[in-house]
Formats: sequence, C-alpha cells, structure tokens
Amino acid sequence: MTDPRFPHRHLLGIQGLGPQEISTILDLADGYVDQNRGVDKRKNLLRGRTVVNLFFENSTRTRTSFELAGKRLGADVINMQTSASSVTKGETLIDTAMTLNAMHLDVLVVRHPDSGAVKLLSEKVNCAVINGGDGSHEHPTQALLDALTIRRRKGRLSGLKVAICGDVLHSRVARSNIYLLNAMGAEIRLIGPRTLIPAQVERMGVEVFHDMRRGLDDVDVVMMLRIQNERMKGNFIPSIREYFHFFGLDREKLAMAKPDAVIMHPGPMNRGVEIDSDVADDVERSLIREQVEMGVAVRMACLDLLTRSLPNSDGSLV
Amino acid sequence: MPPRAQSGLVAYVNARLLDPATGLDGAGALLTNGEMIADVGPGLFRGGVPAGIEVVDCAGLCLAPGLVDMRVQLREPGEEHKETLRSAGEAAVAGGVTSMVCLPNTDPVIDEVATVEFVARRARKIGLAKVYPYAAATKKLEGKELSEMGFLAEAGALGFTDGTRAIRNAQVMRRALSYAATFGALIVQHPEEPSLAEGGAMNAGELATRMGLSGIPPAAEAIMLERDMRLVEMTGGRYHAAHVSTAEGVEIVRKAKARGLPVSCDTAPPYFALNELAVGDYRTFAKLSPPLRTEADRQAVVRGLVDGTIDAVASDHAPQDADSKRQPFAQAEFGGVGLETLLAVTLELHHNAHLGLLEALKLVTCAPADILGLAAGRLKVGQAADLVLFDPARGWQVKPDQFRSKSKNSPFDERPVQGQVMRTVVDGRTVYDRG
Repeated sequence: MTDPRFPHRHLLGIQGLGPQEISTILDLADGYVDQNRGVDKRKNLLRGRTVVNLFFENSTRTRTSFELAGKRLGADVINMQTSASSVTKGETLIDTAMTLNAMHLDVLVVRHPDSGAVKLLSEKVNCAVINGGDGSHEHPTQALLDALTIRRRKGRLSGLKVAICGDVLHSRVARSNIYLLNAMGAEIRLIGPRTLIPAQVERMGVEVFHDMRRGLDDVDVVMMLRIQNERMKGNFIPSIREYFHFFGLDREKLAMAKPDAVIMHPGPMNRGVEIDSDVADDVERSLIREQVEMGVAVRMACLDLLTRSLPNSDGSLV
Repeated sequence: MPPRAQSGLVAYVNARLLDPATGLDGAGALLTNGEMIADVGPGLFRGGVPAGIEVVDCAGLCLAPGLVDMRVQLREPGEEHKETLRSAGEAAVAGGVTSMVCLPNTDPVIDEVATVEFVARRARKIGLAKVYPYAAATKKLEGKELSEMGFLAEAGALGFTDGTRAIRNAQVMRRALSYAATFGALIVQHPEEPSLAEGGAMNAGELATRMGLSGIPPAAEAIMLERDMRLVEMTGGRYHAAHVSTAEGVEIVRKAKARGLPVSCDTAPPYFALNELAVGDYRTFAKLSPPLRTEADRQAVVRGLVDGTIDAVASDHAPQDADSKRQPFAQAEFGGVGLETLLAVTLELHHNAHLGLLEALKLVTCAPADILGLAAGRLKVGQAADLVLFDPARGWQVKPDQFRSKSKNSPFDERPVQGQVMRTVVDGRTVYDRG
C-alpha cells in the first residue's frame, strides 16, 4: 500500500517527482518543524522500525540530520560509515546489499561518491532507500530542505528568481535543486566560471551566467555551492584568491540582488573562498541556519512517507 | 582435439549464394573438397549431385563467406574467468564468425613471438573460429618503445596496436607508422585523446550532465584522428582507425581518404544501432569505449557506412564478468560482448534499407579481410571453406544468458533482431549447426 500522494518506494532523486508530490513532502515537513520546536520532540510513528544510515563518504551534517529525524519519529537508527575504497577492494556494493537485506531494515539512507550507486543499491535491497547524495548526481533531501526554507521565508517558490553559484559541475545539490525549482515554476540561473559549468546544462532549463554581478541582478535567492579544495589547485580554477574575487559572494556583488534577497549554502562553508563571513553571518539575509533546521523536518517527512509504503506496513511479515 | 578435416566432398545445394566480393547473389550450390572450396556457382549440380558426395540442403537460405571480425578481445591468457579462446571460439561460430583478430591486451601482453604463437597454436587446437592476433605496437602497451614488429609480423601478427589504449605520444606514433611501413604492416589506433577521456564514463553532453557523470567529449576522437592523419601524411604508414563513433570522426576519415591517404576505419554495431540514451538509468552494459554518442553521431556513422567512408564493421567483443559490470557506473569496466550479435545487428543496416544485403555482408567479410591482407571472406575456389549459412529474415531476441561467451555483457540485451545463423563451417568442417 503506497500513499496515493507519494506513490514511490524510494526517494532516489527529485527528477521524476511532480509538483504535487514535492508539495506533499514540504507540507508534511512544515508540521514537523513545529514538532521539533516543541518540548516533546518525539513521536512514535516509526516505533520498531530500523533506519540505517549507510555513508560511503564522510559526512557529519547530513548523517546527524537523518539520525535525529529517525530518532524523533521513534525509529532505531544505526550509523554505518564506510569508505568507498574498502568497499571496492573487497565487498562489492551488491554484497553489502545482501548483507543489509539479511538484517531486515526498513529504511536505508545511502550516501556514495559515485553517481548512480544509490539506485544500484536500491535495486538489490528489500527496504525503502533514501538517496543521501550520490556522486555528482542528486541530493534530493537537500533540495527539499532548500525549498522548504525558501517557501517559509518567501511564501512561494513559483516565479522566484534563484541563482545557484559556484561548482555546478560537481554538485549534486545543484542538480537536485534545478529539478525541484523547475518543477515548482521558479526561474533558475547558474553562475560560475566555464570550467565549473557542465556541458549543455542550459538544456535542463536554466540560464547560465559567467559574470556574477549580471547573474545576481534582481534575484530573490542566492544559493552558494561549496567548492572542494582539491578543485582549487589549478585544475578547474587557478587559485582561491582569483575565485573569491570573481565568484565569491560579498556585499558588493550581493547588492545586485533584490534588497530582500536571501542567501543559502548547503554547508559546510568555506569562508573567504565562496562566501564572505560578513554576508554568511548576516541574520537578515542568511538562511543558512534555517536550512539546517528544515533539514531535520524534511527528512522526518521523507521517512514518514516512505514507511507508509513499506510492504509490511499493514502488519504482515516480509 | 578438433574433428579431423573431412577428406571427402560436400555439396551445399539449394542455397542462395552471397559473395560480396564478386557481387554474386543467386540460387546455386557450393562444393567443398576437404578444407577448400572446390567449386561454386549458380549452375553447379543443376543436374543433381553425383553419388559419393555428401549433400547439405541449404533449403534456400543464404550461404555466404564466414564472417571476419577484425576486433575482438579474447582475455586468454590472463583473464580466463571472463573469456577463453575456447568460449570465444564457440561464441564466434555461433555468430557465424570464422576468423577473428584479437587485441594484444592480454596478460601477458602479446608483444613477443612466443605469445603470438601461443594464441595461434591454442586456437588451431581448439579448431573453431580461426584466431589471428594483433601484436602490441609498443612493448607492454606502454606507449614508449616499439615492439619487434618485423619478428612479430613474421610470426603471424596481422597488425600492430596498443589495443584499447591510444598511442598517445605523437613521436611514438610517428615512428610506429614509419617502422611498420618498412614491413608493410598496419597500425590500428584506438582514436581517443587520453587526457580528454580520462575519468570519463560516457559521452559528454546533456545526459552526462543530468546523470552527474564525467563525460568524454566527441572532440577526443576528432583530435586524435586529426593528429594521426598528419602523421600518416608524414610517414606514409598504413593506418586503421578502430570503432569510429562520432560525426566528426567519420568526416575526418572521409577527407583523409579523399586526399589519398592510406587510411581505413571500422565501426562496431553499437555505434550505428544505439545512442547514448542506452546508458540511461546507469546501465553499465552500455558503458563502452568509445562511449555511445548522440543520435546525430549515430546517423553520421550510418552515412559513413553507406558512402564507404567506414570500410568495415567489427564486433569489438569485450567480455566482462558480472562483477566488473555490477558496479556504480563510473567504476564499471568498459565494453560489451558482440560476437553472437555481429551478424544480426549488422543486418539491421539492410533491414532498415540503408544497405543492400551484399553491401552489409561485405562490411563483415571481404572488406575487413582486405584491410588485413587475409585470404578470407570470399566464396572463391581454392580458398579455405569458411562459410556461414543463415536465414536473413528469421527473428530472435538477444538473450545473453544463452550466449556461448563466458561473459554476458551485451549492450543489445533483450533487443529483437533479425538474421539467424543456422550453420557455420570452418575449413570444410561444420563447427556449428543449429539443426
């Protein structure tokens, strides 16, 4: 039995979700925001359920967020941190799936450095799978929490001008946000040096800018992306200094955006690389802390919806 | 041990004879005497077959020269869990292939006379499809020092290549072409600029961007081909570009041929029958090298086949075991098996009205044989009786679990195709009979 408002077994990406389905998650998450702000943060909705966070990449924020989400819904949550390299050496991803199947999990949250790896795993396990980020492909819960953050501040997503700035090439956050914002009727701009903008990305329904000031002109939302240090050493961009000068968000460039434009960042931030501390910490403009709060609520909503569709949710044995 | 060669005479009667080399397409018969073709023609046995001759009734089906597959990877020695000379031999004859040319990327590498002889001897002993090796163009395929091309050619190497790696250093390529020309030998290139392909898993473009995969731009092929054309011009060496996959690549070869350069090229069935959409949903069986390209590229490859720019079709048989393919896309190995689908997919060019039946067959028989200097791929009196009997219209569905090949990684998995091999004959012996 799947919930007719969200008829999916897994959450592997935003691609393929319709606006109603996205709104369903966001509406449900809104309720969890209130619960999380109350004294009794715990619900027993997922009592007896086992949620495993299987992370093949280092992560503190996303893993903790999923852990909190699971616990606040009453599930047993286990964290498994594995390095992908040890997996490729010995145990294959498929073997891992077989092992997990034997443990009778209900929900598996997976992060993996390879695009498509979470989908591959989802084809082999019996439980519901949530993509916690796969390679440069998708990070659906990040896009959902970003959307919830924006919707709560701006009251809508449709018609907003959103700029996504920085390393789009390697960013799963950018891809999920592009799918989601397009589905919800926002206008999307990508800003970055040509080496960090992927081929033919304009066909995904975005406008590309290489001049940050022009790109930020009149936008409602500025989403900054994290830039990995290893990409700074002359491979994609010559230096941090030069990058910050042309593509780092500072007061001056931000002045091009609407006066009430908000700033977002998926974290962790590289202050002085892609974003000036002064801007990041501006309580009027920066929604970075709200994003973290919305993250827990959105992940609770996802766990809630997906466990409704589990094959044994009617009490039968699997 | 292989079955002994038949010393007697066998008459293949009631056949539709197809010989792309001569343009013969008509009802007739063929007579083999031991290992050789003794007679062939429309008038043969019109008055009946004399007593004492074994008769094979072809029931009106097509009798053609056995296929010559100019690019396969056989994995023996070194990776016998993926394929062996025997399993590849069985796959080959089931696909109507009677001669195949293997890449030197085995372990050890085929860069010494002893390895060339090992492969040839093993294949002879197995007695299925004939195997001819390419030897390494550079020692250990490292792209640095030239292999002993003279000795290797004498030992039977049909040409020189670094296999699935491009010969990247321009000076090394220049000398390889130049030195090979001393012996009239062919250099076969994997035309892909390695630095542009590095880390790439599929064709660069919208789909790779959406899938979050690193792309290999079509320019990687064009750049290597352009460079090589200049080196061919400089050295006069004979050059063959393997598996051309892009519109630009086809155009570069077209222009080089127009300028009279000693250049030939082939493509493989995936490049004229599939496009990059086949990798959708991270389907690793469609992860090939070069990668599947856009629909426009696919159409350009078809045009290249139609106008003769692309001389031949090779299976590009690249067996990979399940563990190598059941991986996240970026980590999965490249390649697909192709021996058992070569004929049927090539015949799509005919069924889709791009080529006549003889023209399509030519791409997998006399055309590759001519590039390689092999006396094969013809229905010619005095030549080895390497034959395929097939039903061009008979439909079937590609089911890799029924393949003879040890590996099942076909990019054509589940595809409905038309053209069924009924019988394969090598040196006069029936080595495959569908019954």
